[in-house]
Formats: sequence, structure tokens, C-alpha cells
Amino acid sequence: MAKKDMADNKAAVGIHKTAKEIYDKALKGQKPQLKMPIRSLGNVTYKKEGYLSLSNQYKTRTLTYNTVKGFAQTLKMMSASKELIDTDDHASKREMYYISKNWGPARFDEQPESDTVMDDIEAMMCVNREQLRFLPEEKGGEVAGQLIVMDRDRDTAKPIKIDCTGFGSGAYSIPSSVEHLGFQTKAKFILCIETAGMFQRLVAHNYWRKANCILISMGGVPTRATRRFVRRLADSIKIPVYTFVDGDPYGVANIYRTLKVGSGNAAHINEFFCVPTATFMGITPQDVNDYKLPTHPLKEVDIKRAKDALKNDPFFKFHKPWVAAIEAMIKSGVRAEQQALAKHGLNYVMDVYLPEKLKKADKFLP
Amino acid sequence: MGKRKVVQKEVLTEEKTSVKEKGKALKVAPEPRMKAHKKKGPAENAESLAKKQREISVSEFFAKNRHLLGFDNPKKALLTAVKEAIDNSLDACEESEILPEITVKLVRLSAKVVEPTPEEEAALAKGGKPKKKNPTPTEKYCLTVIDNGPGIVPAQIPKIFAKLLYGSKFHRLKMSRGQQGIGIAAAGMYGQMTTGKPMRVYSKLPKNPKATFVELQIDTKTNKPDVLQEKEVAWTEKTSSGTIVEITLEGRYQRGRQSIDEFVLLNTLSNPHASFKFVDPDGEIFDYPRKIEELPPLPSEIKPHPYGVELGRFHQMVADTSQKTMRQFLTKEFSRVSDKVVDEIFKEAGVKDFSLASAQSDKVTSVHEAIKKVPIMNPPTDCIVPIGEELLTETLRNQTKAEFYTAITRPPSVYRGNPFVVECALAFGGELRGDEAMTVFRFANRVPLQFQPAACATLRVITKADWKNYGLNQQKNSLPVGPVAVVIHVASVWVPFTSESKEAIADYPEIKQEIRLAVLECARRLSVHVSRGRRADEAERKANYIDTYIPFIGEALQAMLTLSDKERDKVVATLRDTLEKGKLDG
Repeated sequence: MAKKDMADNKAAVGIHKTAKEIYDKALKGQKPQLKMPIRSLGNVTYKKEGYLSLSNQYKTRTLTYNTVKGFAQTLKMMSASKELIDTDDHASKREMYYISKNWGPARFDEQPESDTVMDDIEAMMCVNREQLRFLPEEKGGEVAGQLIVMDRDRDTAKPIKIDCTGFGSGAYSIPSSVEHLGFQTKAKFILCIETAGMFQRLVAHNYWRKANCILISMGGVPTRATRRFVRRLADSIKIPVYTFVDGDPYGVANIYRTLKVGSGNAAHINEFFCVPTATFMGITPQDVNDYKLPTHPLKEVDIKRAKDALKNDPFFKFHKPWVAAIEAMIKSGVRAEQQALAKHGLNYVMDVYLPEKLKKADKFLP
Repeated sequence: MGKRKVVQKEVLTEEKTSVKEKGKALKVAPEPRMKAHKKKGPAENAESLAKKQREISVSEFFAKNRHLLGFDNPKKALLTAVKEAIDNSLDACEESEILPEITVKLVRLSAKVVEPTPEEEAALAKGGKPKKKNPTPTEKYCLTVIDNGPGIVPAQIPKIFAKLLYGSKFHRLKMSRGQQGIGIAAAGMYGQMTTGKPMRVYSKLPKNPKATFVELQIDTKTNKPDVLQEKEVAWTEKTSSGTIVEITLEGRYQRGRQSIDEFVLLNTLSNPHASFKFVDPDGEIFDYPRKIEELPPLPSEIKPHPYGVELGRFHQMVADTSQKTMRQFLTKEFSRVSDKVVDEIFKEAGVKDFSLASAQSDKVTSVHEAIKKVPIMNPPTDCIVPIGEELLTETLRNQTKAEFYTAITRPPSVYRGNPFVVECALAFGGELRGDEAMTVFRFANRVPLQFQPAACATLRVITKADWKNYGLNQQKNSLPVGPVAVVIHVASVWVPFTSESKEAIADYPEIKQEIRLAVLECARRLSVHVSRGRRADEAERKANYIDTYIPFIGEALQAMLTLSDKERDKVVATLRDTLEKGKLDG
């Protein structure tokens, strides 16, 4: 709780400080400015600690004729955030968009506009949007396996133990805020899976019991909550995190990279919202050969994404094995999905592939 | 083509010069030969042809080629007659420093021709048969033009009004409306040919209590006036002097574009110092009082510049001069020829000064050729009197209800040794129609030009200019579309026209260049005006935009910093000031 208050404090202090600066400058007859880091892959560096970090490019938005609307919207949203902190409430991103409908001509016409302003404020304050009391619509991932999550009752603050083995053919949903959770487990590793289909197969056959592990469904690019959940879990129980995604540029450059080192857009908070200990189990280009997997040709966007990763992504550029692997993928011109293993039988993945791969966990790509 | 104020010397030399000169040139007119070709029978030989070859008088020539003088069709003939009479009257008044007061009366003598209705015209255009068999229905009119000019010496009246190419203006270099001395006599001749009625002239000199009345005809074979009647009559006008011309002629009166109404109206634009009154055939009176009580300065007369005199005319001048030697001739009869210039001309021609009396023709020719090779200072330009930027703007303002006016008078320039000045005025916006092509008012020596716009140097320049740069729509090589009216005035001691009917200004590169510079300067000022307007609009839009959003900044700051309403209002006001100041660069 103390930690959370501090986090709130940071957001509240930041908002007050920014507002005060604007106010003082305005009274002096100067044009107020908002300074925020540029959030893009072009402005991040790969830290050896294992995450993408903001470097020092900032954009300054000066209040002029052209920026007056955006300025008003930013300040109104900061004001809304402060109110949420003061009243210990929160709003979803969508709700924030609807709140703006009270602002007359300064309202947002589409949610992406309000999301962008929200991201700007986050970066400006160097906090995450949960600290600003804005929650994402997106659901976190799902968890099944050898894990007990310690939550608390919303009304009574009484601890609640959630056993992730007890969901049958279902799974535990990661909440959008995970800072208050505690963990108990004897599992040997965490397996983060890209597709819900593969996760379902492993859950249905209680693979977690056989392998003594925790299964996490990312459902595409992992949300911040999922990343933070895995990170806190990995930090607290110190077990390895393996990633099992499609063998294509999207699985590598978007899903895995974001899980491991964070995203360009959230670079200001990547330090906490990534899992630096995660490694890449598959599907690798080598697996395609070893397991004789059926493939599809790489599409143009795939190739562009792969080349972009080699050229612009500080994380891949830092790791030579990754450069080699992505180059091999481009050269082969094909991609292979997780479910391609079904060619050898539906349970081949559990009976052959995973056990074989896990024996060579030290060879996983970084 | 007036010939009012006749200088005595010219009266004496007239026969010798103008008619002879023109007559020579006209001998080659093709008319008789064409007739010969049509004839069937034995082939012609030189002798038989010689019997048919005879001199053609100027009058005869123009009687057959009346379109050259602007009498192509009944409607235009009527306008041309009005135009020639007004030109003469204005010239005469100005030269005598009288503020012109001109009345034009048109009385219809025949039944009014019914205009085809639009439906009938459409049917005609589709190829249907016209109702009337007569292809060009005409009406008969009596045209009366009254002025308050100096009057005409009775002895001169017949020659002025009933002899082609007789006048005071052809041989001098001075800016005036009339130039050749064809116009009014041609109008009289046209009337005589179409109605058989003689021309009637009343003239009153200030010193005489009575006026002279002359009724005359032109003998087209000899180009000589034929006086039918001459007597003293009472002067019915209030003025102390003046001239009244009456011509009965065939014609058609129509209103609208290229009409007499338009011509009179345009004259008020270029002659703000003149009063005009027009009584139309239906008895309606249009009164245009003068706008200023000041005559334009009288243009001074200059001697010809050597560059502007062609070989034939040079020889003629040599034959006519009273000077004894070539040196005297060159320095006395031309402008800008000093002894030093003569030295250079002689050097270039390889001759020494020689007596003109015994001069060989090729020696004279060699001098003429040498002139072109010697640099000679441009002629004096004080002989040109432009309307002036202020008056042009003022008259355009009276004519159009626009929001923006500008005018420019270019410095004098020279083509072929003739000085000239181009003026341009431009009106924009207001009640001018934005969906129509630019209106162009053309003037030459203050005379409105209503015909052949496409052949005119002015239009050629305007359509070639790129008006898109100045904020107007324009298709390639055509008039721009937009709420714009332009006045172009070319003033010169000799305005070069494409034909004797003086409808379009010829394409001299020097003249086109000056027109271009004048027009583009006006256009540039227009674009400054337009963009200034746009900037003002923009500023207002921005101010509104700022006012829309700044209160929200105040609101947000109030909420975040728990400000009082007063503090909030203060920060909003300060911010607004700051942004207003920087909004144009924001």
C-alpha cells in the first residue's frame, strides 16, 4: 500500500508541477511549454539490464495558435487524472474518452486522440497510466498451472488465495493492475504462449502438471499488465521464463521483443514492464528444419518487419544470435505457426516437441 | 479623324501631299482587273488593258471598301458615324481649350425594325428559315452631333466634311483622337450613298453673331466637295461657338455591347472633363455631366523622329522642304538631330552635305539608310498627355462598384520613333461578377475601342499573362475569370492601329512590353491586396480559434492548482494576449 501511495504521489506531484510551470509562465506573458520524451523506437536504447530505455530526445510543445487545442486537451486530461487520484478512483481509457465529451469544443472526436494525449502525459510525468488512474480496456493474459496468486478482497482488504490449478479447462485472468499481487509456487519454469489455441491444448491436457510449470497465454502482443505480472512473478520466485510463439517476424519482433524488453511507445516505463529474463524457445527457423514443419511463404509485411528489426531495433542489433536467426528467416522466406506441430499429431507438441526443446533450454535464443 | 482646326499652311500644301501620296498608293487597287477577268471574249492585250486603266480616287476606293473604315454593317456604321463625330468634337474643343459639351441625337426616320425574339434567333441558328426575306433589315436615321467647339471657318467646311484624307492631324506629330482625316467625311459619304441625303453642317465662330449653314455632298470620283447650299442662319444653341453636324444614314440601333450607348459611356471614362448627352431613338435622354472642371494639358506638337520616318515619306519630305541643304533639312525638320548627329549620319552614308535642289535620289536614300545606324536620342515625350493614375482610378470607381482600385501610368516609351505612354487601371471585388471573364476597357488616345478585342495588343498581353499567380482563375491563353475590370489606355502621337477603322492596336513589341509592365504592376498590387485580405481573415479565424480553447486551459489550471476564479480569468486573459501577439507567426 505504501508503494502504491508513493506511485500516486509521483503522478500527483508531476501534474501539480507541470500545471504550476504553465501557470507561472503564462502570467509572465510567456508562451507555456510542455516537454515530453519522444516515444518511438528511434529514441530508445537497449540497456544491458535488459530493457529498452528512453534516450534523450524530447519534443517541446509550445502553446501557439496551432497547438492551443491540443494544449487545452492535455491540461484537461491532467486535471481529470488529478481528480481521479484525489478521489481514489480510476477510469478506463474508453471512459476517459467519454469524459472528454463534457469539454465542448475541446472534446476528443475519436478515442485514438485521447489515447495519444494519455500516452503523452504518461511520458511527460514518467509514470504509467495506471498511476494516472487510467486503465486499459485490454484484458491481461491468462494463467494456468502451478501457481497460487495472493490477492485481496476489494471491500474488506482480506487476503484471497487463488489457485491457478483449480480452473479446470478454464484459466485465471490477469487483472489490469498487478502491483498488489503476491505469489506462491513450486513450478520449475514459466511458459509464455502466443496463441490462445496452443494454450488451450496445453491446459486441456494438464501439461502444467506433467512439466511442473506455469502456463501463460499472451494472446498476441502481451499487455502491460501481462508483462508486469510475468515480471513480478519471475522476480519473486526466480524461475526461468520461456517464450513459445509463432516462427514469424511478428512473433519474434513484436511479441517476444515486447515481452522481454518492452515497447518503444512505453519506453519511459519499460524498466518495470518487461521480462528481461525471458528467453525464446520457439518456433525457431531451425525448428522448421528439425521438425519438418509445414510453412507459409513470408508476406511482404513480414519481410519488411524483419528487416526493420535488423535495422532499427536496438534489442536485436545488440544480440548477434538474433541477427543470425532473423537473417536465416528472411533467407528461408517462410514462416511456421505453433499449430504446425499438429501435423505430427495433436499431442506431438506435448509429447515430443516441448520435452525435447526444454532439454536444451540453455540454447534458447536470448 | 478630325480636321477641324486647319493650319493655313497645310491647307495650301494639302493637295500636293496627302491626296497625291495616297492616290499613288491606291493606283494598284485590284478592282478593274477583277472585272476584266470575268469578261468573256478575246484575250486582253496591253493596249486594251491600258484603255481600262485609270486613276481611282480615294473616295471611290473607300466607297467600295467601306468596311476598312468601320462601315461594315448598318449597326456598326451608325456607331462609327457617332464615333467620328465625337472624336472630332473632343479634339476641336481641347485644342481651343474649351471644356467639351457634346450632344448626340439619334432620330429614327423609318419604321422600327422588330428585333428577332430569342426563340426566332435560336430557330435561325438551327437552320430554320428566317421569317423576313430581307437578310439585313435596316433603319434610316438622322444623326445630329452638337458641340461647343471653336467652330469652323466657313471656307473650310466643305473640305473638312466632304473630302477624304483632308485634315490637320495627319502631318503633325501630336497626340489627338483623329489621325488620318478620313472619319467624318467617310460618315457623310456613307450617308450620302445609303440615303442620297447630303450632309448638313452648322458652324458658329465666337466673333460672328450668326452661324453658317452648309449642305454638301462628296463627289466620289474626284474626292471633291460639292456644296449644295450655303447660307447664314441663326445659332440656336446657348454656346458662343460650336459646330452641328447632321447626317442622314442607314443603320441599326441596338443597345448592349458594342452599342452607341456603350461608346458614350466609355467616353465619360476616358474624358472626365467632358459633358455628354445622348438622346436615343426612343427619346430617352442619357446625361453625363463632366466630373472635373479642368482640361487636360494640351499636348505639344513634335517634329518627327528620324527613326520613325520611312523611305518614301523621307523622300517626300525632302521634296517638300524649304530647307536648302541636307544638313539644314535634317536638323530643322526632325527632332533630336543635332549637327553632331548629322556628322555621324553623313559619315555612315559616305556623303558630305549636299544641296537638296539637285540631290540624286539614291544619295537621299543612302542618308535615310544611314540614319538607322546612328544612335539618336529618343524623341521628347512631353507631347503625350496621359489621363493620369488618379483620374483613371476615379473614373473606374464611378463606373464599377468594386472594393479595390489601383492604377499606373508608365513612363513614356518609344516605338519606331513615336513616343507613347501606356496606362492601366484595375478594379477588383465588390459588385463585380466573380464568375465572368475579366472586363477590359480599351482606349487609344482617350477613344474607346469596342471591336476586335482579340486582334488588339492589349488583349494579347492580358491573355498571355499568368493570372493564376495573382489569385484569379484562368484557362490558358484566355481572359482570366474573376471580379476584375481593367482599363488600358495607350496614348501616342501616332497610335498604330491594325486598320483604318481604328479598332485594335497593332502588335509592336515595344508597345506590348509597356502594356505588359503596366498590367502586371496592377496585378501585383491586386495580389498584395488579396493576400492582405486573406491575412486579415486568417487572423480573425485564429483569434476565434484561440478564444475557443483558452478557457479550457484556464479551467484545467484552476482545477489542478485550486485557483480562484479571479486568478483563472487573469491567466486566461494574459494567455490570450500572448497568443494574439504571436498568432500571425503561430
